[in-house]
Amino acid sequence: MKIAKISFTVNGKPHSLEAPPIKRLLDVLREDLALTGTKEGCGEGECGSCSVLMNGVLVNSCLVPVLQAQGAELLTVEGLANHGKLVVLQQKFLEHGGAQCGICTPGMMMAAEALLSRHANPKLEEIREGLAGNLCRCTGYMKIFESVRQAIDSAEKTTR
Amino acid sequence: MRETAQSHFQKATEIVGTSAPRKEGVGKVTGAARYIDDIVLPGMWHGATVRSSIPRGRIKSIEFGDGIAWEEFVIVTAKDIPAKNRIALIMDHDQPVLADEMTNHPEEAIVLLAHADKTRLHEAVKAVKIEYEPLPAVFTMEESERQQAIVWGEDNIIKKFLMQKGDVDAVWNTAAHIVEGEYFTGAQEQLYIENNGVIAEWSDEDGLKIQGSMQCPFYVHKAMLSIFGLSAEKVRVIQVETGGAFGGKEDYPSLIAAHAGLLAMKARRPIKIVYDRMEDLAATTKRHPCRTRYRTAVDESGRLLAMDIQVDTDGGAYATVSPTVLSRATIHSSGPYSCDNVRVRSHAWATNLPPHGAFRGFGAPQSIFGIERHMDQIAKAVGISPEEVRRRNFLEQGKSTATGQIIRDPIDMHGMLARALQVSDYHEKRKRFAEENKTNAVKRGMGIASFMHGSGFTGSGERRLASVVAMEADVKGRATVLVSSTEFGQGTNTILCQVAAEALGIPYEDVGIAQPDTSRVPNSGPTVASRTAMIVGRLVHDAAHALVEKLREKNLLLNKYSAKEFRDACYAYTEKFGALKSEVCYKAPEGIFWDDEKYQGEAYPAFSWAVYVAEVAVDTRTYAAEVVNFYALQEVGRVLNPVLAAGQIEGGVAQGVGYALYEKVVWKDGRMSNNQMTNYIMPTSADIPNIEVYFEELACEHGPYGAKGIGELPHDGPAPAILNAVQDATGVSFCTIPLLPEDIFLRLQDPTRELELMEPVR
Repeated sequence: MKIAKISFTVNGKPHSLEAPPIKRLLDVLREDLALTGTKEGCGEGECGSCSVLMNGVLVNSCLVPVLQAQGAELLTVEGLANHGKLVVLQQKFLEHGGAQCGICTPGMMMAAEALLSRHANPKLEEIREGLAGNLCRCTGYMKIFESVRQAIDSAEKTTR
Repeated sequence: MRETAQSHFQKATEIVGTSAPRKEGVGKVTGAARYIDDIVLPGMWHGATVRSSIPRGRIKSIEFGDGIAWEEFVIVTAKDIPAKNRIALIMDHDQPVLADEMTNHPEEAIVLLAHADKTRLHEAVKAVKIEYEPLPAVFTMEESERQQAIVWGEDNIIKKFLMQKGDVDAVWNTAAHIVEGEYFTGAQEQLYIENNGVIAEWSDEDGLKIQGSMQCPFYVHKAMLSIFGLSAEKVRVIQVETGGAFGGKEDYPSLIAAHAGLLAMKARRPIKIVYDRMEDLAATTKRHPCRTRYRTAVDESGRLLAMDIQVDTDGGAYATVSPTVLSRATIHSSGPYSCDNVRVRSHAWATNLPPHGAFRGFGAPQSIFGIERHMDQIAKAVGISPEEVRRRNFLEQGKSTATGQIIRDPIDMHGMLARALQVSDYHEKRKRFAEENKTNAVKRGMGIASFMHGSGFTGSGERRLASVVAMEADVKGRATVLVSSTEFGQGTNTILCQVAAEALGIPYEDVGIAQPDTSRVPNSGPTVASRTAMIVGRLVHDAAHALVEKLREKNLLLNKYSAKEFRDACYAYTEKFGALKSEVCYKAPEGIFWDDEKYQGEAYPAFSWAVYVAEVAVDTRTYAAEVVNFYALQEVGRVLNPVLAAGQIEGGVAQGVGYALYEKVVWKDGRMSNNQMTNYIMPTSADIPNIEVYFEELACEHGPYGAKGIGELPHDGPAPAILNAVQDATGVSFCTIPLLPEDIFLRLQDPTRELELMEPVR
C-alpha cells in the first residue's frame, strides 16, 4: 500500500506523519496521534460523533481521507479546553445536562462550536438545524439546546 | 424544556434534590473519558466474528479458503471452548457461545478470528466458507404460533403466563359495551452511539480479565465462569466508560466477552473486539416485537368490568431475557386502571431471528401501547372523552392491580391528569384544532397516555438478587461508594454519590464512586429495571448510616457533627482500627407476598406514575405525522437531581417518538436488512418536539429520601399518546407502530381499514 507524507496542524500543534492516503482522518487522529476524544459511531457520516473542524469547517472525520487534510488546520475536542481549563461551552454542557453517556458529546460540541463561529446568537431553530447532523440517543436534545443557549448568554455577558 | 416540580416533602435535604454536576462529566466534555475503543494494550490483537448466513440449519463443514495467510491468524471454533458452550443467564441451557452443529438465526457466531492488523480481518472473515444443510425456519410470531416449523421445544413457546383476577367470563353478558382491539409494536434498536465492544486478557495464573462496555459486570462474570470452567476469583470483569446502553448492553456483553476471551486464551495476548455499526445492528438484540389483543367489557358510563388480554412477543432464536420481558409486559398490560376481572394470557414465541432482548421499559412499552390505544377506543364506543374514560377507571389508594396488589402508597392520577391537561392547554387546543382541521390540509390533534411502571425486579426478584452495597472512607474522610451498578449516561455515579453525601452528612465533593470491577465491588445487582435509584440508592443510604454508626460505636462521632468532625473521626478510626468500611445487604420489606406460579401478589415495591400529552400535526399532502409539542408529567417519588431526572425523561420521550414514528427494523428472512444509520432512522435535533417536563413528588418509603424508579417510565407513554393524537387529528385509528408516512398514506386511501370495533352488544 502506498504511503503518503502528511503534514497538518492539530489543536495548534504541527504534525508530520506517514499514512496510507486513503486512511480515514478519524483513524489517524485516534491511532497515530492518540487523540481518542473523537469517536466513531457509524462510520458512514450519519451520526456526527467523529466531527472535527477542518480549516474552520465542520467535517465527519470518518469520511475524510487523510490526504485531504494535507496542510489543514484541525480542531478536535482536545483542543477546546484552554490549558486544562474548561471553555464556556464545555462548562455549560457539564452544568445543564448536555452530556449523558458522553459518546456523542465531543462531536456535538464541535458542531456547536462551528455553529457559534457562524452565528453569534442563533435562534432555537438555528441551533436545531446546526446540530441536526449529530445524533444523540440519550438526551432527547433539550439539554443540549439549553447548554448551547447558556453558552451564548454567558458569552454575551462577558463581551458586554 | 420547562421543568417544574410540585413537592410534598417536609424533610429538607442539602444535596439530594439539587442538580449536582455529573461526577464523570469533566472527562466527557473534554474528550478525556476512555471508552473501550480508546484503550490500547501492549501486544493487543483484534478479533472478528464469522457469522451464520442462513436462518436455520445444520453446519456441515467449515473451510478456510485460499488467498489468506491463515497461519498468521488465531482461529477459534466451538471446539476450543474449555467448559460449557452456553451463556448462563436466566436459563442455563440456552444460547451457545459459538454455534456448533446447528445454527438457529442469521448472524449467529460460528468462527472467531484474530490478527494483529485489524484491516486484514474483513477479507479473512469473507474467506471462511461454511456449508449448511438448511432447515425450515419461522420469521414471525404468527408463523411460530401456527407451528409452521417447530424451532423450539415441542410448541415454539419460550415462556407463557396466565394471570387471573376475578372471573372475566362471568361478566360479558352484563356489559353495556364490549370493545375489542388488536395492536402491534415493531422491533426497535437501542442505537447506543457506542457499539458493543470488549478487551479480554488471559493468563494461566490469574485467569480471564474482561474490560468492556456493559451494564451488568456480574452477569458477564457469571457467564464466563461456566464457559471457561474457572473459579470466581479467576474471572475479573471491569466496566469502562460506556457510551449508551438502554438495555442493549444487558445480556449481549456476555457473548462478545466470551468471544474475546476465547481468542485471548488461544492467542495468549490481549484481544479487542469492537463491532462496527453494521455488525452491531445486524447481530445484537432489539426490543421484542409484540402483538396485544384486548377484549374489554365496560358499563354504560365507561367503567371497566372485565379485561381479557393476550400478549404475544417474538423472542427470537434463544430465550435470553424473553421470560422477564414477557413478565413485565403481562403485568403492565392492564394499565393504571382498576378492574375486578382481568385475565392475561401471554406467550413469548421462538423464531429464527437473532434473540430479542432488553430495551428501556422491557415489555412495558409494548403492552402499554396496547392498553392506552385501547382506552381511546373504549371512550369512542361509550361516547365519552379520552380523559374521562381514564378518570373513571384510575387506580386509587386501596384498590388493587391485576396481580391483586393493593395500592398502599399515595397516588394522584386524578390530579396529574388535570395538571397535564392544563399545562398542555389540552381543551383549548382540541377545540381550536377541531375547527381548523375542517379546512386545513395539516390536521392537528391531541393525545393522552396515562401509565405506571414498576420499580425494581418483579415479585420475588429483589429478594433473590439479595444485592450488596459497601462503603468505605479513607484516612482523610473521603468516602467511596462500592457498587456494581454502572453509569452509562443515566447518572448512576452522581445520584448515588448525592445519596451517600447526604446520608453521611459531608460535601458531595468528598464522595466518590469506585469503577465497577468485580474484584473490588460487591454485587449490587444488574443496572436494569429502574432499580438503581430506589433499590441500590436505598442500600447506599443504609451503608452510609452503617459507616457513621461504626464511628459512633467507637465514640468518635456525636449525633450532630460537622464535615471536619467527620474527617477527624475517619482519621482517628483508621489510625486505631484500620480500614473503615461498611456493607449492607438487601432485605425485602415485611409482609410482601408474591406467588410466582399464579402471578399474584406484590409485583413491585413501588410504581412510578405518569400522564403524557402529545400534540401532533399530520400533513395530508405528505402523509407525514410530526410531534409538535410534548408534555410529560410524572410522579417518580423524590427527584434526586432535577437536571439529570429531566434528562432521563426527555431522552426517554425522544426514544418513544422514534418508536412511534421513525424507527423501523426491516426484516428479510430473519435478518435486519436496513442495518445502517442511513436507513434505520432515529430522531435528530430537527425532528424532536419541544418537550416540557413536570414532576410531582410524593414520598415513597422504599427509596432513599423517597425516590422511586425513573429510567424506563418515559419510554412507556409517548407512542400511545402520539397515535392517540393522530387519531384525534385524522379520525383514523392506527394500531401499528412505527407509523410511517406510507402507512398513513395507505390507510387514508382506504378508510375501510379502520379498526373494527365490536359495539354495542346490546
